[in-house]
Amino acid sequence: MKIDPIHQFNIEPLFTLGHIGNHTIAFTNSSLYMLVAVAIISILMLASGTQLVPGRLQSVAEISYEFVASTIRSTAGAEGMKFFPLIFSLFMFICVSNLVGIIPYTFTVSSHLIVTAALALLVFFTVLIYGVYKNGLKFFKIFIPHGVPGYILPLVMFIEVLSFFLRPVSHSVRLFANMLAGHIALKVFAGFVAMLGFSLGAIGWVGGVLPLALTVALTSLELLVAFLQAYVFAILTCIYLNDAIHPGH
Amino acid sequence: MAESHGGAKGPAAGAHTEADGGHHGGGFPPFESSTFASQLVSLAIFFVVLYVIVSKLALPRIGGAIEARQNKIEGDLAEAQKLKDQSDAALKAYESELASARTRAQAIGNESRDKANAQAEAERKTLEEQLAAKLAGAEKTIASTRATAMSNVRGIAADAAGQIVQRLTGVVPDAAAVNAAVDASLKG
Repeated sequence: MKIDPIHQFNIEPLFTLGHIGNHTIAFTNSSLYMLVAVAIISILMLASGTQLVPGRLQSVAEISYEFVASTIRSTAGAEGMKFFPLIFSLFMFICVSNLVGIIPYTFTVSSHLIVTAALALLVFFTVLIYGVYKNGLKFFKIFIPHGVPGYILPLVMFIEVLSFFLRPVSHSVRLFANMLAGHIALKVFAGFVAMLGFSLGAIGWVGGVLPLALTVALTSLELLVAFLQAYVFAILTCIYLNDAIHPGH
Repeated sequence: MAESHGGAKGPAAGAHTEADGGHHGGGFPPFESSTFASQLVSLAIFFVVLYVIVSKLALPRIGGAIEARQNKIEGDLAEAQKLKDQSDAALKAYESELASARTRAQAIGNESRDKANAQAEAERKTLEEQLAAKLAGAEKTIASTRATAMSNVRGIAADAAGQIVQRLTGVVPDAAAVNAAVDASLKG
């Protein structure tokens, strides 16, 4: 039996929606899991009660609300609450699709660089456009740190500009790589269990215990990573937006 | 990679990919550019839908519930504080009422004791006066009785002295002399 840890990332068109230029636009398995994530978030946020004493579902909804709100307030200040819907959507979308992706035989939306890159570019252009809109040319003061001696200022500015434009790259690759690597590792270890069991008989059954235990441990680690990467994505968004709101360092 | 659709403004406009979807199958799925357009279109659709749901429905709903709870808690705390203030005021009123009642009771007690004392004193005085009057009368009676008795005593003494002298001497003594002698001895 052959382990193919890459197979789980295949995009399978389910039906064709139409054509843009010479590109075929299909409703794929990725689209399906985006729909699943949106549906789960909608159910969580809309079907939970609005009781004075919250039930379980309402508690989860309120905890996610408060969690994202306090993250924004602590990193971007009260003005950052303007972007609450955006950051909440990003955080919940990434977190839910990551968590759904841990279930075996499902697809992980954020394991594709094109998706994480699109989200990171959305944040990048939001920061750039809002920063220029709100602060005008003063926004570009973020490239000139305070208290840097004149003779190394060009170098520092160069580094700042470079790091600013590399933000969407690190922002998207971090999430993509974490999800990709985690799922490959899970698949490899889970594959060992099956391979040992099928090829070596009774010895294999005993020998499969170790990779099985590792798979269980890795699954719990992936649960943590799924949440943590969503949180990291959201908090980096807050930090970048903070630059747009308060461009003076 | 990420730069393949550089300049795309967010997912909504990011449906362009430079590479043609020519080489499908066998490659590494995340880098298969033929799937990019489909993914970007569905991401754009679903993320916009999610954003609208979140911003128009979900967040106002949950935020409203949290705010309503906050207001309710604050209102209840204020109500509790008001009731506590009321009960404190009632306790204070009760204590001051109790204190004034106590002083009034003390005043009434003092007053009635003073009145009783004064009455007793007055009664005692009249009784003493009566007693003093009676005493004076009695003393007067005693004095007069005594004077009478004393004068009787002189007569008796004079008679006795005359008879004693007669018995001893056989001579009847002169009455004047006997009286003088009795007086002298009474004085001595």
